[in-house]
Amino acid sequence: MAAPGGWRARTGLAVALRSQRAARQQRTLQKPLPSEEPLRAALYVHWPYCQKRCSYCNFNKYIPRGLDEASMRSCLTQEARTLIQLSQVHRISSVFFGGGTPSLASPQTIAAVLETISRCAHLAADAEVTLEANPASAGASRLAEFRASGINRLSIGIQSLDDAELILLGRDHTAHEALGTLEEAKKLFPGRTSIDLIFGLPGQSVASWTKGLEELLQQCDDHVSLYQLTLERGTSLFRQVQQGSVPAPKQEVVAEMYEVAREMLRDTGYRQYEVSNFARNGALSAHNLSYWQGSQYIGIGPGAHGRFVPRAQGENLREARIQTLEPDSWMKEVQAFGHGTRKRAAQGELEVLEEVLVLGLRTDVGIAHQHWLQFAPSLSLWDVFGTSVEVKELEDQGLLLLDNRGLRCSWKGLAVLDSLLLTLLNQLQQSWADRTAHGT
Amino acid sequence: MLSLAPRAAGGWARLPSACGAAAVLRPSPWVEKSPADHAAFTRPCSSQKKVTRVCVRNGYSFGRLDLLGRRGSPLAHASVFCPFNLPKYKGKLDMSLFPVENIRNFSIIAHVDHGKSTLADRLLEITGTIAKTDQNKQVLDKLQVERERGITVKAQTASLFYNYEGINYLLNLIDTPGHVDFSYEVSRSLSACQGVILVVDANEGIQAQTMANFYLAFEAQLAIIPVINKIDLKNADPERVEKQIEKLFDLSKEECIRISAKLGTNVEKVLQEVIEKVPPPSVNIDDPLKALVFDSTFDHYRGVIANIALFGGEIQKGHKIVSAHTGKTYEVNEVGILTPNERPTHKLYAGQVGYLIAGMKEVTEAQIGDTLYLHKQPVEPLPGFKSAKPMVFAGMYPVDQSEYNNLKSAIEKLTLNDSSVTIHRDSSLALGAGWRLGFLGLLHLEVFNQRLEQEYNASVILTAPTVPYKAVLSSPKLIKEHRKEEITIINPAEFPDKFSVSEYLEPIVLGTVITPDEYIGKIITLCQARRAVQKDMVYIDEHRVMLKYIFPLNEILVDFYDALKSHSSGYASFDYEDAGYQTADLVKMDILLNGNSVEELGTVVHKDKAYAVGKAMCERLKDAIPRQLFEIAIQATLGSKVIARETVKAYRKNVLAKCYGGDITRKMKLLKRQAEGKKKMRKIGNVEVPKDAFISVLKRQSEK
Repeated sequence: MAAPGGWRARTGLAVALRSQRAARQQRTLQKPLPSEEPLRAALYVHWPYCQKRCSYCNFNKYIPRGLDEASMRSCLTQEARTLIQLSQVHRISSVFFGGGTPSLASPQTIAAVLETISRCAHLAADAEVTLEANPASAGASRLAEFRASGINRLSIGIQSLDDAELILLGRDHTAHEALGTLEEAKKLFPGRTSIDLIFGLPGQSVASWTKGLEELLQQCDDHVSLYQLTLERGTSLFRQVQQGSVPAPKQEVVAEMYEVAREMLRDTGYRQYEVSNFARNGALSAHNLSYWQGSQYIGIGPGAHGRFVPRAQGENLREARIQTLEPDSWMKEVQAFGHGTRKRAAQGELEVLEEVLVLGLRTDVGIAHQHWLQFAPSLSLWDVFGTSVEVKELEDQGLLLLDNRGLRCSWKGLAVLDSLLLTLLNQLQQSWADRTAHGT
Repeated sequence: MLSLAPRAAGGWARLPSACGAAAVLRPSPWVEKSPADHAAFTRPCSSQKKVTRVCVRNGYSFGRLDLLGRRGSPLAHASVFCPFNLPKYKGKLDMSLFPVENIRNFSIIAHVDHGKSTLADRLLEITGTIAKTDQNKQVLDKLQVERERGITVKAQTASLFYNYEGINYLLNLIDTPGHVDFSYEVSRSLSACQGVILVVDANEGIQAQTMANFYLAFEAQLAIIPVINKIDLKNADPERVEKQIEKLFDLSKEECIRISAKLGTNVEKVLQEVIEKVPPPSVNIDDPLKALVFDSTFDHYRGVIANIALFGGEIQKGHKIVSAHTGKTYEVNEVGILTPNERPTHKLYAGQVGYLIAGMKEVTEAQIGDTLYLHKQPVEPLPGFKSAKPMVFAGMYPVDQSEYNNLKSAIEKLTLNDSSVTIHRDSSLALGAGWRLGFLGLLHLEVFNQRLEQEYNASVILTAPTVPYKAVLSSPKLIKEHRKEEITIINPAEFPDKFSVSEYLEPIVLGTVITPDEYIGKIITLCQARRAVQKDMVYIDEHRVMLKYIFPLNEILVDFYDALKSHSSGYASFDYEDAGYQTADLVKMDILLNGNSVEELGTVVHKDKAYAVGKAMCERLKDAIPRQLFEIAIQATLGSKVIARETVKAYRKNVLAKCYGGDITRKMKLLKRQAEGKKKMRKIGNVEVPKDAFISVLKRQSEK
């Protein structure tokens, strides 16, 4: 396809900026740093608008009325500038445009955000830049424009190949349209196209789920995300189930669907590298992996979450940050203050460790000893979990492994991780308290 | 509207002419303390023994004549004279105005909802004790729970003044609790009476409780005035009821008074019958003081207020009195009558009924049935006293342990007024610190719980009620340990095994069921299922049958009454009385989770019921224990024998599907809350049991 102008512009810009930054980096490198970690972050951009409300979705999203995209664009870029500067990171390791429906944003907006990021920090040419795309708003030419503006990975919300299920989910596309989009995407983003599927729908059987999955596996690319439907309070599907107008999915059946799907994907050559994520040919999502590894991330856009150290303010503690939810208010704040951060909560060491534990165990590799020690130099995984009777019980039940590689779930354990985590979190808390008590 | 008594009348006042032809000069019974503004007079009639100076405070003594005049009273020869409902009036009533022969002490007894409290309201109105307004609904039922349930829990007493054929009578209406749980209270209240008004609903006829109440009155040899109430109802059949009364109580039809308490029809006739038929108390004012405590309440500021009936002598402020039960001495601070609120008087005389305040700090110091006498003038205590004997026990725990102290103080306050509740501190591994409370019966338990909730806003976990079992020990070691052969088992954990016991005993009751005959079959089946043994069966009229059964108390504790009502379309009535203990084949049932016994779920059951009880408990636990990482076997066992089993399947999947940047905060919050909850769970072996699971099994199941 046509040479992506935006892409080139960005990479060109990046080259220009790199020399500046290299100089700065040399200055900082004179002081040895404990790790590369504080210097980089992933960046998430939230596009809060959708064309239509899906029946299962409780995300922060709005159906726009008279959207002023130019303002939105300038606010996103402004907030990106402000927060990157605040974090003083040198490098943005990946970018993810999520939503809402970010494929409704114009490619210019995507390009503008990426350009801003590149100006503020190093964004490598091969850095993963993902866009969530809705089949209904992602025709072939539009996808190409997105690619031109700097997107190099696509995540398509296919959700189901059954039109009745798509209606139940309130989606605005058919299975046919979804497959069409998938075809186009594979051409534009070969090896970097992911699909999202939902299972555990009211009325869905193990057989119908497997049939749809089988069909998709023949056509999909190297990355698949399978999400069990979570009935969220406040969604119309939740109400329908509450009222009994659609049947509640049965726990046993849903567990079976998950089990069968995991096996199918394994047999097709996919690695389940996270609870809901499967990849082959090494097509793991770098951006999402950074969440599970407890890395820093900056969130921009209405309601976006972030986790980073605001080093520009002289802080050493990581903060959990949430941007203002409602787009109009968020915009006003960005215009007034340069950012729309609504909530900042400093995270203590223990709190960060808890997140590292909870997130790390979602991956197949789990938490490596070295990885853990980056966050807790004086409290190893062995210190925390090595002597616990309850952890031993979980190991004996074949759910958990603690060995020379680190701590991770077994195949069976991954499906019941949330139960394991309760034991592990309490154990971590206990060990932390003991250590503090002995330390003082 | 007030026609004030002229001061010159010296305490005698002419009632407005509307009060009838018998408008006479009457003494005001109020005694003024202040000498400034009064006139003296000599009491014109009644007691010849004393001449008392009675004063009338200017103007106020006859205030609110609208209350007294009873314009339009149909009875020319009867009227009301006592003007004491005066908010400003501070004087004291001279009770010597009422010699024994002009006193009638009586009670109203009835089955629930037959109109006892409504009749009491009318009597209070007719005698001017309370103003006649539409608001007089069950004036004597002061508690919210009483008004809601239409029952009387806490007996109230009211002194009524009534002029009949020219004589001023003091009529003491001693209200009684309306339920068999309180039969001891009823019996004490009745022992202060010489007669009762037995109220029967003209539509429903004699019910189980009518029987129980009748026997109590009959055994106490009281005059009985049968009254058929609700004759205004469409379905009223007073003739049928008269026949029942004749048959069961051997009272002639002619004696029955047909009334409508609601409309006031014939109610004055009832008052006059009280005067005619109830004898005055046979007591002597010259005897030494002998007072029966028939009720007591607690006032936050004044301490215990004991309701007393004088069987001899007199009592006044400054007297030193002794409790026959405790031997403690007190100085009387105040005496008075109840109208139904306390009204101080100078003295109370033999035959009269009123209250006394004497520095008692706890209601247990004024136990119902106790006798009071003057210091150094001991008397033979009145018969029939017994300490309250709890028949139903239940554990009570705060829903949240942080509420422990609040609940404790609420229970303490409530028991200040109810000495019959026994309290033992208890603690359950699952439910935390709490109490094991003993109640007179089920209704008592319910009422107590409801009052805690309504009056003290306390929310509690009430465990399923149990009865006090007994065991006759055979093991010399245990006998030595307990220092007695027969022990009472309140806590199942203390249940001795059968090898060290010669027999187990369970409390039984004599139950009376009265039902239309078409339901007999179903009711007999029901009773048999409850291990009841039939003692008697008689037709009380052509269609109604009275059945008598010996029931194990345990069998009627939980849902018997509801079952009876549903088997009889609501027509059967039930009442019971204590009938001692009988031997029983009792076993201790354990609940195991994956082979480990759950101490707080251990239960003593009759062998024949073990299977059903065990099955129900296992089922409830199954619903209440969340899935865990492994399968959980829930078993009910007798010794090593498993009698019921349920299984909670293992979790297969519970991991959150999506956990990205924006999901982390929420997920962490949820996990940490769950982890916190996990810490609070009780671990039985490796099974984690949430408090809710215990609550759902131990809690008294709602009966509706």
